[in-house]
Amino acid sequence: MRKTLDNRAWFLVLPVFALVAFNAIIPLMTVVNYSVQDVFDATHRSFVGADWYRAMLRSSRLQNALGRQFLFSALVLLIELPLGVGIALVMPKKGGWATSLTMVLVALPLLIPWNVIGTIWVVFLRPDIGLLGHFIDHTLGIHFDYPTVPSQAWISVVLMEAWHWTPLVALLAYAGLRAIPDAYYQAARIDGASGWAVFRYIELPKMRGVLTIAVLLRFMDSFLIYTEPFVLTGGGPGDSTTFLSIYLVKLAIGEFDVGSAGAFSIIYFLIVLALSYVFYQALQRVGTGEAK
Amino acid sequence: MARIEFQGVGHSYEPSPAGPEDYALQPSDLHWHDGGAYALLGPSGSGKTTLLNVISGLVRPSKGRILFDGSDVTGLSTAQRNIAQVFQFPVIYDTMTVFDNLAFPLRNRGVREPEVQTRVGKVAELLELTDDLKRRASGLAADAKQKISLGRGLVRSDVAAILFDEPLTVIDPHLKWLLRLKLKQIHQEFKLTLIYVTHDQAEALTFADRVVVLSEGRAVQVGSPTDLFERPAHTFVGHFIGSPGMNLLPCELDGDGVRIDGFSIPVAPARLERARGASGELILGIRPEFVRCQAHASADSLAAEVTAVEDLGNYKIATARLGRHLVKAKLKASASIAPGPGWLVFPQKWTLLYAGGSVLE
Repeated sequence: MRKTLDNRAWFLVLPVFALVAFNAIIPLMTVVNYSVQDVFDATHRSFVGADWYRAMLRSSRLQNALGRQFLFSALVLLIELPLGVGIALVMPKKGGWATSLTMVLVALPLLIPWNVIGTIWVVFLRPDIGLLGHFIDHTLGIHFDYPTVPSQAWISVVLMEAWHWTPLVALLAYAGLRAIPDAYYQAARIDGASGWAVFRYIELPKMRGVLTIAVLLRFMDSFLIYTEPFVLTGGGPGDSTTFLSIYLVKLAIGEFDVGSAGAFSIIYFLIVLALSYVFYQALQRVGTGEAK
Repeated sequence: MARIEFQGVGHSYEPSPAGPEDYALQPSDLHWHDGGAYALLGPSGSGKTTLLNVISGLVRPSKGRILFDGSDVTGLSTAQRNIAQVFQFPVIYDTMTVFDNLAFPLRNRGVREPEVQTRVGKVAELLELTDDLKRRASGLAADAKQKISLGRGLVRSDVAAILFDEPLTVIDPHLKWLLRLKLKQIHQEFKLTLIYVTHDQAEALTFADRVVVLSEGRAVQVGSPTDLFERPAHTFVGHFIGSPGMNLLPCELDGDGVRIDGFSIPVAPARLERARGASGELILGIRPEFVRCQAHASADSLAAEVTAVEDLGNYKIATARLGRHLVKAKLKASASIAPGPGWLVFPQKWTLLYAGGSVLE
């Protein structure tokens, strides 16, 4: 077949360019634009170069929020991964109604809108009418008032996050477990392997792929978390549960400081990108790297 | 190493089997001699894998008792039975080196490290894996992985038997015969009881001293490759083993022979005698290797029509029409036969009779 050269073919890619431009490039460039200017009002603005970036990187509020964010994501991963894998291990192995029922029950928190999750926990934790709040406050006799006690606010936010997202890890791990052929378990029985050895040398290595996805998803999501803690604590008491995105919104909308918010957004974006890359590389190496 | 014995062992995957059709493995008595090389041969769904898993203890039979060297092991777990099994797809522990893979069954049993070193070293040498010991097992080719699976069985000095579940399915053809040779060598060296499941008759007949042919969950014949070829105990064996399979022709008794569509065929008197007392459909069976097909009439020859001659290089297969039936004959490559009129001879020695599927001997 003869091919003719026709530059009009480029028009066929235009829709894609338009789509990408509108959903990624233009919004991102708007943010970049704000981050290098000082905007006074609709007509007065001046170019300030990297000033906002310098200011933000030196800002102690940002550094504190970043520190809290890392602590939060680390706790979330440390709790949700082992717990999710544990749940997957005890879920029924054979198909049937029991499996379907368990899956639906486990997946339930994933189906609830995020702001509703926050609201559910606000009620759940109330010492007067909330089930958990009342239990801690009255039955255990520990004074419980998370909106004013920073440590209790932290525990509440982490608990809520674990309740919301552990099911995702569990379902991923369950899918990974089900994909292991029976022959592996039979060979392990023949080799006299203990339950722990089966987990360590068969199940865990075979789940590597899905757990990599779980780590990446849970890290990125928890690092970007906004809605649920905003509804539950509003970032308080004080700044104690003000994570990066909550701080960003305060800055951009509350204080209308679009220059520093723009610089912050770009820094935030780069951190997430860099960390995801590092995680991905590290987990790839765990599986295959040492063999070569 | 052990003698394995089944006493009325049967298995059904149904919780409460009603009739024979519910059994994947029909209740039966079978035994495997210590140090024998056995093949379990049968088409898909004939119960080969079930039988193997019952021996290894992965499946607990619904009926009967299993004895290893006379002692009852029916209730024992796989690990307690000291069985090694190699599966259709290589099972290796991905994160371990080849050495650790081979050492795994020993370490699980608390064998001391110096002993582990010696035994793994020996087995690796036998399987030609010594150079790969420090490599990670997941990076190896399928045949090396299958050798590791086998090696995990061989490192244990006390295994009662090694079971193979179609172990060469995923191996390249040119490596298949190398591995099979290795198995033979290991068998001769260690005098292990080997039980080998396959649906490939060439594999079964070259590997095993004795072949167990399974059909619909029943062992229809246990015998040497020669027995299976010369004296198939069941029409299924005749038809399943051999290429092409045995000619099976419905017939009726007639004087001192049988009659097929008006053609009289003489049969050995002893067989004829048995046939007179037997019930069930009477079938004449003869291997294509033993039917003579010739271009001229001779004593005892039957006039037939040769419809096709296939030249397969080192032999020819002639298809002849005898009445309403087709008879295949395997002839020498040099045989001069062409489509058209031809004559068939059924030598008495190789003309077998079957009633209700079973041979009359």
